[in-house]
Amino acid sequence: MGIIQNIGKYFMMMYIVFSKPEKWKIFRRRFFEEMELIGVKSIPIVALMSAFMGAVIALQTASNMDNPLLPAYTVGYITRSSTILEFSPTIISLILAGKVGSNIASEVGTMRVTEQIDALEIMGVNSLSYLVLPKVTSAMIFFPVLIIFSIGLSLIGGWLSLKLSGLSSTETYIYGIRFFYRDSDIVYALTKTVVFAFLITSIASFKGYYTKGGSLDVGKSSTEAVVSASVAILIANFFLTQMFLL
Amino acid sequence: MIEVINVNKTFGDNQILKDVSATFEKGKVNLIIGQSGSGKSVLAKCIVGLHEVDSGQILYDERDFTKMDRLQRKEIRQEIGMLFQGSALFDSMTVEQNIKFPLTMFTKMSKKEMQERVDFCLERVNLTGKNGLYPAECSGGMQKRIAIARAISMNPKYLFCDEPNSGLDPQTSILIDNLIREITYEYDITTIVITHDMNSVIEIGDNVTFINQGQNWWQGDRKSIITTDNPEINDFVFASDFMKEIKETLKKI
Repeated sequence: MGIIQNIGKYFMMMYIVFSKPEKWKIFRRRFFEEMELIGVKSIPIVALMSAFMGAVIALQTASNMDNPLLPAYTVGYITRSSTILEFSPTIISLILAGKVGSNIASEVGTMRVTEQIDALEIMGVNSLSYLVLPKVTSAMIFFPVLIIFSIGLSLIGGWLSLKLSGLSSTETYIYGIRFFYRDSDIVYALTKTVVFAFLITSIASFKGYYTKGGSLDVGKSSTEAVVSASVAILIANFFLTQMFLL
Repeated sequence: MIEVINVNKTFGDNQILKDVSATFEKGKVNLIIGQSGSGKSVLAKCIVGLHEVDSGQILYDERDFTKMDRLQRKEIRQEIGMLFQGSALFDSMTVEQNIKFPLTMFTKMSKKEMQERVDFCLERVNLTGKNGLYPAECSGGMQKRIAIARAISMNPKYLFCDEPNSGLDPQTSILIDNLIREITYEYDITTIVITHDMNSVIEIGDNVTFINQGQNWWQGDRKSIITTDNPEINDFVFASDFMKEIKETLKKI
């Protein structure tokens, strides 16, 4: 019953979030502020994760390819495919669920318990639209940029690891990356990312907005936000994969 | 003037407000007092619309707030200033940005006009030149004064103060009380103060409403609170032996 009630509450919240902003000028300013906070400040962690992720995928693939029938370019092909289809959009989104999700839930939760949200409401400001809409929209626009960046760095990481370990040549790796390339894979990855961005920011905002109590409860909401967003990403990933690839 | 007529509010099986009726007059400091858990904060939250009432009416100068839709309420809310118990200043904004916030959201003032208004409000609460500070850099008393400045920035018709003296030393409390009283008289606004502070009751209570067990138990001014024989209000206001002695002395005078 609790879960159904929460889902209902979540959809009602989203209905209010997507109402017209009080002033477009203020929305625009908040949108860019959130883009910096949620997106630009996530670049270092995304870069680090992606480079090592790509390096490990390439090394794992190369070291496990002992069948002589498999062409050498398979390493590049597998690195590219797993990075574009799964690792960059899903794993990076899970990382962002931790970083951005907890940040949003604790920020909004603190505003709730310190009555800042009540202050907004009493002034006549639609607090949900003012606080949550810029977060959701900026993430939905900037996360795909982060994922493109992540894909690029992951492939570079793979190349560097192969180069340094001597497991494959640059030409073979690049040939593998370009082999049987489909634009639709990128479309699939970016579509997934937009959905994940929406889930991360909206679930974290929901958990933060309905925080009750004090600072301890803000921490609890933050943890719940990360867990719920991660579970939602995994479930959505399953359905999106079925929809797009099967 | 704000009128509360037969307001009831229940949370689950717990009825917090029982047929509460009260009148809060314009140009006066109206206090709501009562023990913790008596329902005074719930009453205040019902008046400003943070809680929906189960039944009854809340009239803002004869405009029934309970029957209004979101847009109509929004208009009323722009006539309300509120000082929260914990100040509720926006941490991420400077003092100036906090005061400017409602002006940016709801007015078409030019930058220059906004700046003048901010400076005026800061001067009014004796915080001239503190524009660039962040709330975390200010003391509790300063935060309350900044919150008052923000509350008056839109020239409100109604001012709500939730425990304005909580966590403040006696001197700063008096300063805040005096500020609230001066602003009320100066701008002829309807001020409602929720308080536990007996010093505030005696100092600024033009009209005092005593809420007990979710009901309006007693209403009067700061002079009649001293002379009343109502046992509940005497137990609350003059709880200590020292205060009882003061009451007896004052009665004799």
